Amino acid sequence: MPRMEVPSRRLLRARDAMDRSYARPLDVAALAKIAMSSEAHFIRTFKQTFGETPHRYLQRRRLERAMALLRETERPVTDICLEVGFASLGTFSRTFARVLGMSPTAYQAAWRSGAGTAGYVPTCVVMAWSRPAAHGDQDRSFGEAQTRSGT
Amino acid sequence: MFKALTHTFLYVLDQDEAIDFYVGKLGLELNTDSDLGFMRWVTVNVPGQPEVEIVLSSPEMGHDEETARAIRDLVAKGGASGLIFRVEDCRATYEALVGKGVEFTQEPTEHFYGIDCGLRDPFGNPLRFTQPAAVAQS
Repeated sequence: MPRMEVPSRRLLRARDAMDRSYARPLDVAALAKIAMSSEAHFIRTFKQTFGETPHRYLQRRRLERAMALLRETERPVTDICLEVGFASLGTFSRTFARVLGMSPTAYQAAWRSGAGTAGYVPTCVVMAWSRPAAHGDQDRSFGEAQTRSGT
Repeated sequence: MFKALTHTFLYVLDQDEAIDFYVGKLGLELNTDSDLGFMRWVTVNVPGQPEVEIVLSSPEMGHDEETARAIRDLVAKGGASGLIFRVEDCRATYEALVGKGVEFTQEPTEHFYGIDCGLRDPFGNPLRFTQPAAVAQS
């Protein structure tokens, strides 16, 4: 008899989908479908499983991508902001500063002043470890809430 | 002094399904499958590299039920350990595995160190394979 897949495995599949399409607006309905649950149940069980809401996870994912682009490219902050999925520079800068404690420009400058050099570290490791921490403030807004379902 | 790494352990939630995936889909070789009565010892290896065995380990091996359940939960939500393989052609390998229904988390992506991509085994373990830059440029 085939092994029954546990709910957290399906939630992980939905989280992987967020990782792939981080620049798009959060589509709770589509993610809940991947997780094979209702939207409300998806949000609740996602938080129980991963310790944060889907929206907050997505924002950290976007910030992680923005940090990488700030480190590795010469592109303007506005371009990076839009590329990772933020709708406005103001929201991006405020969220970045609230989470990282500095502006995107200051982060870029600090990195270039000699903070880091990249050896060969696999992408998945860099992604996971550079995703800004989710300690505390679990219920506080983590920036814009742009979801298709209004969540 | 240590001479070599010989075994690395990966928790899987079903050893038969793991063999189907790691051998049947990824193309690793079945190195050992021994039923010792109190446990089943299953290892696979990269073809041509039998000296490095990947132990497809059941969470129950050496653990009480509560610990085994915690390990199962961690694996299912992607919190357990993973593996990174080297390939000659990342994109061709990716296409071949997509055709076999393998679940990818990231398409082949170019980096300064080469081309790599990410996938998960059926249980949630993260896997990657990399085509090193030196090979990519040749």
